[in-house]
Amino acid sequence: MNFDFSEDHRVIQDQIRRFLTDKSPLTRFRDVLEERDRYAEDVWHGLAAMGIQGTAVDEAYGGVGLGYLPLCLAAQSLGEQLSPVPFSSSIYLAAEAISRFGSDAQKTSYLTRLASGELIGTLAVVESFDEPSPQGLACAHQASQVSGTKLLVPHGQFADIAIVLAAGADGPDMVIVDLVGVERTPVSVVDPTIAAASLTFDGASAELLGAGGEGWTQLQTVYDRAAVLFAFEQIGGAERALNMAVNYAKDRYAFGRPIGSFQALKHMMADMYVALKLAESNAYYAAWALENNATDLSLAAATARVSATQAFQLCARDNIQVHGGMGFTWEFDCHLYYRRSNYLTLALGGLTVWEDKLINALPSAA
Amino acid sequence: MDFSDSPQEAAFREEVRTWIGAHAPTYLDEHLSISGFGSTKTGDFDPIIEAKKWQKQKADAGWACIQWPADYGGRGATPIESVIWNQEEGHYGKLSGTFIIGQGMCAPTLMAYASEEHKKRYLPKLASGEEIWCQLFSEPHGGSDLAGLRTKAEKDGDEWVVNGQKIWTSGAHYSDYGILITRTDPDVAKHRGLTMFFLDMRSEGVDIRPIKQANGDSGFNEVYFDSVRIPDHQRLGEVGDGWRVALTTLMNERLAIGGGIATGFPEIKALVDEVRLSSGTAINDRAVRSKLADWYAKSAGLKNTGSRAISQLSKGEIPGPENSIGKLVAGGMMQDIAKFALDIQGLAGLIDDPELARSQARMQAMLMRSPAVRIEGGTDQILRNIISERVLGLPEDMRADKGLPFNQIPTGS
Repeated sequence: MNFDFSEDHRVIQDQIRRFLTDKSPLTRFRDVLEERDRYAEDVWHGLAAMGIQGTAVDEAYGGVGLGYLPLCLAAQSLGEQLSPVPFSSSIYLAAEAISRFGSDAQKTSYLTRLASGELIGTLAVVESFDEPSPQGLACAHQASQVSGTKLLVPHGQFADIAIVLAAGADGPDMVIVDLVGVERTPVSVVDPTIAAASLTFDGASAELLGAGGEGWTQLQTVYDRAAVLFAFEQIGGAERALNMAVNYAKDRYAFGRPIGSFQALKHMMADMYVALKLAESNAYYAAWALENNATDLSLAAATARVSATQAFQLCARDNIQVHGGMGFTWEFDCHLYYRRSNYLTLALGGLTVWEDKLINALPSAA
Repeated sequence: MDFSDSPQEAAFREEVRTWIGAHAPTYLDEHLSISGFGSTKTGDFDPIIEAKKWQKQKADAGWACIQWPADYGGRGATPIESVIWNQEEGHYGKLSGTFIIGQGMCAPTLMAYASEEHKKRYLPKLASGEEIWCQLFSEPHGGSDLAGLRTKAEKDGDEWVVNGQKIWTSGAHYSDYGILITRTDPDVAKHRGLTMFFLDMRSEGVDIRPIKQANGDSGFNEVYFDSVRIPDHQRLGEVGDGWRVALTTLMNERLAIGGGIATGFPEIKALVDEVRLSSGTAINDRAVRSKLADWYAKSAGLKNTGSRAISQLSKGEIPGPENSIGKLVAGGMMQDIAKFALDIQGLAGLIDDPELARSQARMQAMLMRSPAVRIEGGTDQILRNIISERVLGLPEDMRADKGLPFNQIPTGS
């Protein structure tokens, strides 16, 4: 038994961290937020040059084949820098769906290009403000064509392909759609760096991914696996938000003393630390479960997801509180973490959805 | 990263499992399986006698305090082997509650500061449960502000004469020895005038009086010292260095208490599978599921944090103050769980008769015991101070007694 990442994995993480610290400071997030940029394209290509997108992809399909542990650490670093790149949509969701359920031909065609960063993929599920369900899909798939509208697709403004959930003959189908020619309408969201769009398909060509009628089940598998990676992004962001609060509280004086010496504030930050530490430990366990396809992966993933969501939400929220009025200015970076924490919370369905999944995954005797 | 056993670990686990299978006091299963929250239930059997029996049996076969060096009653096992032992010992480990203060806090202090002769004399009997130790730290005027303690020790030849009062001493009434922190110099700043000793709890002048707690039990005591004489060779550390010695004890306290702490999760899960609300079984209610998920995530987080501390130990690193989170999280959680357990049962949730109440009234017992968990061994507030100052590096709060000689500190009484 050994409950920590290996030195080799830490070396990889250091490399990614150094690259992102240099090339993806928070000003890159602002460049997108303030509409000077669609996404940090050079960062995306830089990551690709280092092989990061292909970390967990099989070597047979152009990946590096290092497995999920280093990918988790990459996710943590991307979360730390709030990097405005389509990594989560393309790698945790699209690449994951194809590597789980794709045919050899689909993997050769799509996965190789996702792994190299040449293609950007995403996942299109949400059609309305109601909780998604297998019966409630309006998008339809028949005769290798898909029609209908997805209300909100992260990175939909520029993704090349989408994994789309659509009603098929035998239930929900998961299909791969090339987005060339598909109508995209940008949607304004709380975290504009996710380049959200609604996509309208009008008989777009679609390739079935996996088994017909199994789309909903396949989606849950992808979500479970992605949840672990999203959790690492969340703990990365949570840690930075906490550090930002701690540093400000050490420097800022009020009533003749650093505000960090007031127990009302230091206890708030202690609670942020506790939430982060619990989330980090649950994420570590989930990373192991993901890498090893452990029988309790669903439970481990939901546990990591619930903790990480709580931690990032708390740290992003109370970082603003520690900063007082300055925390509510556009100029200070607090709102960047706050914005991103809400995207990461809702990306795979909100906290209550994951709480419910967690309880479903509990063994009956636990 | 590997959460499964290596072949050697699996072999060790098998050896442990076989021994426990052949020797465990299975006649206590029914009671131990529902024990927790500050009291170990052994039915008609005496809990201290049963604890001592199991501990002695383990010691004779080399399974007591397995991480300690063999010379002191252990077997020099690794931290991971210790985890495996604890997992396999399961609910029989609850019997060790009697020894946790002695083995978890006093022993590390003795190992660090006692003479070799004393270590060889006292540690093996501490490991085997033949002798029980307690920790005499808190005072009526020194709880969270422990260094404000007033019990004084004065040198008289080769002995020290102790006068004063300790409070909240767990198990003093059945302990053979105790470690005792005293003030030996009131003219210097409070942290600098302290000295640590150990003493025989049957020494003349020691008077132990049980405290009746808010929940009706009496696990804690007041201990009075009336000119109690302690030989100088029972001093632990230098004169005036007692604070540093106490920190050794307290650091181990947080590891000992935080490590395998109960959270109440399995109990609340069992209850919501049973209780019916107007909407159906409680577990199917989305609001109930939300709370339950939060508690599961916290208890898993504590367990996994504990695992990471073990990995640190395995690499020879000392787990730091970040381990203060264990009791902080578990204490509040136990209280929340107990309140919620009563809430979903309505007025009937008030029933605390084990014959009548659901779950043998364990939730009501937890309700009444949990306030103490948030106070003992460092209050929630002290733990938050430790995390914010020693982990996050935030500045200390302003202290009115900073730098003052102890005897000039304002007391209000």
